[in-house]
Amino acid sequence: MAEFQLPPNSRVKPGKTFKAPQGAKNVRRFSIYRYDPDSGENPRLDTYEVDMDSCGPMVLDVLIKIKNEIDPTLTFRRSCREGICGSCAMNIAGGNTLACTQASADLKGEVKIYPLPHMPVVKDLVPDLTNFYAQYASIKPWLQTRTPAPPDQERLQSKEDQEKINTPSACILCACCSTSCPSYWWNSDRYLGPAALLAAYRWLVDSRDEATGERLDELEDPFRIYRCHTIMNCTNACPKDLNPAKAIAETKKMLAARSH
Amino acid sequence: MSQVNRPLSPHLGVYKWQISNTLSILHRLTGVALSIGALALLAWVVGAALGPQAYESVRSVLAGPLGMFILLGFSASFFYHLANGIRHLFWDAGYGFDREFARLSGWFTVVAAAAVTALFWVLVVSGGAG
Repeated sequence: MAEFQLPPNSRVKPGKTFKAPQGAKNVRRFSIYRYDPDSGENPRLDTYEVDMDSCGPMVLDVLIKIKNEIDPTLTFRRSCREGICGSCAMNIAGGNTLACTQASADLKGEVKIYPLPHMPVVKDLVPDLTNFYAQYASIKPWLQTRTPAPPDQERLQSKEDQEKINTPSACILCACCSTSCPSYWWNSDRYLGPAALLAAYRWLVDSRDEATGERLDELEDPFRIYRCHTIMNCTNACPKDLNPAKAIAETKKMLAARSH
Repeated sequence: MSQVNRPLSPHLGVYKWQISNTLSILHRLTGVALSIGALALLAWVVGAALGPQAYESVRSVLAGPLGMFILLGFSASFFYHLANGIRHLFWDAGYGFDREFARLSGWFTVVAAAAVTALFWVLVVSGGAG
């Protein structure tokens, strides 16, 4: 059942403000969600005034600058800084995206940064993705075959068949889509969410995979796929320009087609 | 560290309202409004079944300011739910998922529903349904 209000221990309190250094001319305010698991206190929103003249262009540059120069306790995940690892996924100015590919200049006014929505928070901007990864594992994201492999070569695929899996394979599992989805917020215990369903679709349309029937059986459930109501937040959020909503619709069509 | 004590990150209160999620929740709200509004239709039909006197009292309520306001909301809900329902049918058939196209079809739905509702009331008023 949808619980619209945050539980008492999760309500965000006002936090501290870190003033810009004297003489800074191009100051921008960033309000960032902070949660310290050791303090026993509620999360808070700290505001940092950042001198953009001495900062890189992306929101990740801002976070790194804050951590290096203003507040070393700020905690966030990051790795590749070029949109391929998916580590720095967070809610920036109301939308889920990667901090490393989101330019600060493209955002208006004071920028609010929260962890990915409706997730248990480990610390600051670091959510617990255990359930998200377990759901990905549950769709069996590997090639399943019944026939013996050709003795002298790989299982080949035509160029056209490869192109069917090319785009959905580009998912980096950053969780921006799933955590943007209201259906996933209210039903993440039973609804698989756009990321896992996009991955399921990637294996359903793989010409080499021989478990299509079993894969569809696993999805045919009132919750696992059918909690998708085509809200389209997932597709709007995807930092890789993928289309989980369309993949889910195509999967629903496959389920409908085989029941006739 | 105990996992149960972890706070839940903000969701509905911080996520930006886009055409996508706004129209989605509006579809559900208008669906609920239609179910409730069906009671007004029911009252009208029951009034007609009970006889001229009962019909006249139902009619006078529905033709009054509050009744007209409810009927305006009911008809707007109907036309929005219908237009967005057609949009959903295209989605169910696998069409219209392109990000920009879905945004435009959303605005088109809103404009179409508003236009049809306006046209409907022009016809009602000019037809002397009061």
